[in-house]
Amino acid sequence: MAYRENMKNKYREALSTYLRDQTEQALYQGQKISKKSIEHNIAPEEIINIHKNILMDVYPGTPGEVLDSLDFLLEVMMGYGFAYREHQSLRHIQQELKTEIEIAANVQSTLLETTIPNVDGLEIGALSVPARQMSGDYYHFVQDEKKHIGVAIADVIGKGIPAALCMSMIKYAMDSLPEHRHNPSSVLESLNRVVEQNVDPSMFITMFYGLYNPENHLFSYSAAGHEPGFYYESATKGFTDLTAKGLLLGVDKKTKYMQYEKKVEPGDMIILLSDGVTECRTSEGFIERETLIEFIQQNIHLHAQDIVNRLFKQLEKMQHFQLRDDFTLLILKRDV
Amino acid sequence: MDITVEVKDITSGVEVWVKGEIDAYTAPKLSETLYPLSKREGIVMIVDLTEVSYMDSTGLGVFVGLFKSVRAHNGVFTLVGLSERLQRLFDITGLADIIDIKSHAEGGVE
Repeated sequence: MAYRENMKNKYREALSTYLRDQTEQALYQGQKISKKSIEHNIAPEEIINIHKNILMDVYPGTPGEVLDSLDFLLEVMMGYGFAYREHQSLRHIQQELKTEIEIAANVQSTLLETTIPNVDGLEIGALSVPARQMSGDYYHFVQDEKKHIGVAIADVIGKGIPAALCMSMIKYAMDSLPEHRHNPSSVLESLNRVVEQNVDPSMFITMFYGLYNPENHLFSYSAAGHEPGFYYESATKGFTDLTAKGLLLGVDKKTKYMQYEKKVEPGDMIILLSDGVTECRTSEGFIERETLIEFIQQNIHLHAQDIVNRLFKQLEKMQHFQLRDDFTLLILKRDV
Repeated sequence: MDITVEVKDITSGVEVWVKGEIDAYTAPKLSETLYPLSKREGIVMIVDLTEVSYMDSTGLGVFVGLFKSVRAHNGVFTLVGLSERLQRLFDITGLADIIDIKSHAEGGVE
């Protein structure tokens, strides 16, 4: 209420000054009053009412028609007042939702947290950046009792909150797999059944699952419709696609997955990615897999984590710092 | 970028032409138009993607959903006119092995 009284006085002052001299200064006062009134939720029709009362006070001789016209204007402005109050309440709701999503994003990152294992003779680099607040990409490392390292990278088809919720379910399905079932093909077959039964029929998941044996350096892997990664062979200094055939998770519950194997030699690298890396669109079109290889090659002497970070920086810059899709990149590099 | 979805009735079902980019923003239009049709018993649905310049994984989700729905209603679902990029997307995801994909030469939409 104190504001209203104060505002009426200011209004009277500014209006009288303006009617007398038509100065810029008085108009500027008017703008200030408008800003303040918005802050204090004063409706447009209320301002017209104040205007009318002050006018009658300051110029008692104001013709009746002018005053009547102000009553008319007041009616017309009523609709705007309602719209404005509705806008205010929507803004309030939107703010609440935004806060809720922020909390959900935090919960998600806690749920999906994974620790990168410390393994002698193996460098691991990992980075995952969501395009929006919540990510539909996911990566996970596990180390079993035989010290074998399981690595999973997955992408939910779909983005935003539904995709993120779906990912949390996958993580729990994976955590509850029995210890002895960490063969890549059996992991995918189990998860496929979970997704097929529990997830919306138009939501699917692509996943690559690999298991690294640090004793004999065998890397076995299977994929369910996932973007192929790369394999870098240190002896030939060449890159090949890490292709593994297999259907997306959640399409057909009887799907079987092939398992592949690779002997990892010193200096070799396994590069795993989500389609946010290869589907990266720049102003000159899509980024080619060859370009990615070039970027990796330029940084190949670095630690696996630094290669990952550099590559992200380069792609981010090429997209003018606007990610269109979630980005996830993992590199496993056997020490020389 | 918007899409247009043109549906033409044929004796055994529908022929569909899609034009434009299929992404998270345009995919709902595609599924809203085609889902109800996919539930007709024994429908033959042929979708021509020749003029689709871009499709992301959301679009892929729509086609898998359509395929499953048509199959559940004993129909036939066929995709025609995939660009190299689209074909690769269906190959990687393993969908090319279960969904019927034809080139123009093999028939389908004229």
